[in-house]
This record gives sequence, C-alpha cells and structure tokens, in this order.
Amino acid sequence: MSLWQKHQIFEKNSIFLLIGVLVVISIGGLVEVLPLFYLKSTIEKVEVMRPYTPLELAGRNIYVREGCYNCHSQMIRSLRDEVERYGHYSLAAESMYDKPFQWGSKRNGPDLARVGAKYSDEWHKQHLDDPRSIVPGSIMPSYPWLAKTEVAVNDIQQDMAVLVFQGQPYSPEMINNAARDLVTQATNDAPDADGLTQRYPKAQARKFSGSAGPVNEADALIAYLQMLGTLVDFKIYDGKVNLR
Amino acid sequence: MTSAPREDIDAHTGTATTGHEWDGIRELNTPLPKWWLYILYATIVWAIGYIIVYPAIPLISNHTPGILGWSSRAAVTDELMQLKQQRAPMTLALDKASFAEIAKDDRLRTFALAQGRAAFGDNCAACHGAGGGGAISYPNLNDDDWIWGGSLEAIQQTILYGVRSTHADTRVGAMPAFGQTGILNASEIDQLANHVRAIGGLPTEKTYDKALGDKIFGENCAACHGDAGKGKIELGAPNLSDKIWLFGSDKASIVQTLVRGRGSMMPAWTERLDGATIKALALYVHALGGGEPSP
Repeated sequence: MSLWQKHQIFEKNSIFLLIGVLVVISIGGLVEVLPLFYLKSTIEKVEVMRPYTPLELAGRNIYVREGCYNCHSQMIRSLRDEVERYGHYSLAAESMYDKPFQWGSKRNGPDLARVGAKYSDEWHKQHLDDPRSIVPGSIMPSYPWLAKTEVAVNDIQQDMAVLVFQGQPYSPEMINNAARDLVTQATNDAPDADGLTQRYPKAQARKFSGSAGPVNEADALIAYLQMLGTLVDFKIYDGKVNLR
Repeated sequence: MTSAPREDIDAHTGTATTGHEWDGIRELNTPLPKWWLYILYATIVWAIGYIIVYPAIPLISNHTPGILGWSSRAAVTDELMQLKQQRAPMTLALDKASFAEIAKDDRLRTFALAQGRAAFGDNCAACHGAGGGGAISYPNLNDDDWIWGGSLEAIQQTILYGVRSTHADTRVGAMPAFGQTGILNASEIDQLANHVRAIGGLPTEKTYDKALGDKIFGENCAACHGDAGKGKIELGAPNLSDKIWLFGSDKASIVQTLVRGRGSMMPAWTERLDGATIKALALYVHALGGGEPSP
C-alpha cells in the first residue's frame, strides 16, 4: 500500500487525525520547552536570590488574585529602550521562585520588574487606594479594599508547604516561623527583625501601609512591590558569563 | 498524484480528482499554486540557514551557538555601550562641569534639560506629576516654595539622597504627631489648627483665641517653622504663611497633620541613576519655574 493511501486512514478516521495532530504539536512543544528544564544555562547563577518572605508571598498571592499581571509585565526585555527606562534586563534567576511566573504579556501599565524602592510606601498606598489622586491620567482601577482587609496570617504556612512540595527551598525553620515572620515584617522596629533577615536576606520590615492595626492586604502587596527586582546586586553581577 | 490508482479527470475543470467519492461527488485534486509552493520551499531553506547562523538546537548542557555567535544580551549590551559612547562627550562634560559653568554653556544646558526631561518622565512623574505639578503630599515643583531649598545644589542633594529615605545621607526632619504622643490635647490642637490657618491668611472659627494660638504655636511649632511661620529650609519645615499647602489647607487636614504628624518619603536616587542624570534632573527641576540662585 502506498503512502498516499495510508494517508486516507487519517482522513477517514477523525480520532486518528486528532491523535496525529496532538503528536505533531507535542513534538514542537517538547523540543522548545523541555530543554529549558535541564539546560544549566537557563538560570543564571546569582547572589542572594531567595524565596519570598511570608509577607511578600501573601502580597504576591494578592497580586495574582487581583490580576495585576493582566496589565503589568514583570519582564524587562533585552532591548535598549526597555533597559534605558526600567533598568537592567530581567534575569531568569530573578523569577526562579515565581510559580507561576508573573512575566505577563501586556503593558497597559508600566513594567514592574524593578519597581522595588522606586517610590515611597505612602505613594503605593495612596496609588492602590485611588490611582487618579496622584496620577490624574491613570486608567488603573482603584483597590480601596486592600487596606481594609486583614491578611489571613495563618494560611501562609500552608501556602509555603505547597511551595516546598513544588521544590522551593523553604526550611522547616522558615515554615515554623511563617506566621510570626509575616507579622514581624509588617511591624515598625519589630523586635524579631533580625531573625527575619537571617532567614530572608535583604528583607525589609516596616508597616508598609502606614495604617495602624493588624496586617492588612496593602501591607503585603506593598512589601511585595517594594522588593521586586531588588534582590540581585548588579554591581557584582557578571553579565559576560551569562550571555544568551 | 503519481501513486493514485486511477486517474479520474473531472470533465468540467479538466483537473484530476483524488479518487474519493461520496454519494457521487468527487474531490478535485487541484495542485497547489506554484508561487505558494516555492515560497514554502524558500522558507524551509531559510530556516536551515537560520539554524546554522543563530543559536538554535538544544544539546546536553547547552545549545548550538550558531556561527555568528549572536546573543540578545550581548546585542543590547553593545547597543547601550554605543549609546553611551555617542553621549559620552556631553555626559562627561555635564558630569565635570559646575552648575555655574553649565549656566554659561548653552549647548550643555540644552542637552541637560532634554535629558532631565526624559529622566523626569521615567522616574519622578509618578509622584510629582508629568509637569511637576505635584499632588497632595507630593510637592509642586513649578512654584517657588521650596521645602528643602530651591538652588541647584539643594535640589541635586535632595534627588541624590532623598528625604527620610533609607540612605545614610538622607535629609531628615519630621513633623511630630502632637496629638498621638499626647503633647497637645484636643482643644489645643483645635486652637492651633485655627492659628495655622490664620497664619496662612485663611478664615478662622469663632472659637479661635489668637492669644492662646500664639502661645501654643510659640511653644511647640516656632522652633521649626519660625515665629512668624515662615518655615526653615534647613529643617525641611514648610512655610505656613503662603498659599501653598502640601497636605491640604482645610481645618480637618491641618488637624490630621497635628494629630498624626507628617513624614512623607522621597527615595534616594543615587543608587538608581548616574551622577550626570541626577545633575540633568536638578537642572530640569530648577528650570521648571521656581529655581533659586545658588548660595
């Protein structure tokens, strides 16, 4: 039987056609995606990338929940105009603890990969409450409920346990202290701030939203925003060994 | 095609059929247009060339680098280097020149203002507004009312190290929370808020007692804001006698200021921006309208 006639098997049986399509597409996908999991060159070796602190993780969860990624990317591409505007291009290492990653694909708002430490906490608080009170032409929605909603402090331990299951390096000590670390990081002049920075280098601890009372979602989200892109020290990062 | 068992020619079109037949309807085997087919072949050849020239095939520990050795990161690094070299003569001149020298050099000043404008849009506009108009708690940079000084040097220092920032050389100064710390009670704060409005030339309430307000102001506020409430630049204490209000001039806002204190933060930019850019920003902000002469 010639090849041409065998082809008829696919044309006459939709289930074979479906299986055939899946096989062909998976080959393309596997060849493009799989190597990234084993190639050592995928993730650069950098100093002090660490998993998110409990408070930052809670903030990240809010970031995902509110769909911030729909309008904000976290990926400075290696293009001149982006590097000029936002700073050093993003490294794969910088999102190594992002599951799922927040690279985004749309920029209704600016890229946030290096927004950390760029603006003050008060600015973020006010901007989340009512963006147009500071940036009159902004099209960002208001998120006034964040500062009024308490963070579910006791859930964070389970979140971290799930991330450990996914392969993130949270130690038992980190997980045991999760709820305490979360509250510590959202407190001005917290007595246990040393323990926090020991477990999570470069963690900043203060009442991010400025409002009194228990840890609210604005505290968590601002803590997350204020650390974005600040972990890798580009003064000692050697770009030449990580050319891609 | 060649291996088709029988060659059925459709009478109407003169084209061969595939040999399939459904209820008497036969499928034409119209050949693909030649132009389309050749473009398809050309793209395949192009892809092979691309695989040879550019990074492509994943291997065990790395990928094929391609004979050009091209990398997107090297490309952007080169491009930025070129840009830097292209700007180098002006950037170096800007970095070295004193503000007095820049004032005399029109070309350098124009360059600095253009660069300052771009950097302002990327970094400062979020708080101070696209035109430097400011907002509640973010100072207006167009007027001549300066909290930390409006000379080029003072503006440069504010941008470099920030205000109440995390930098060691930051400008510091805080409006105490007179209410929360219990220094003043509610009625004293009420009097003081009226007094501050009076200083600013705004109407006061009937309950306002000028003598009492003067006394409370003299004991608690004059040390930073001055006896007449004209403010003190070296302490970052704003002038209260003008019509410019950073946190609002209505009584409720002033009471809020007195009860909770104020201390908005401006980040230090010395880590994020280079010296020439900060200088350009200082020149740009100074030129927005209210720049003061150097001391």
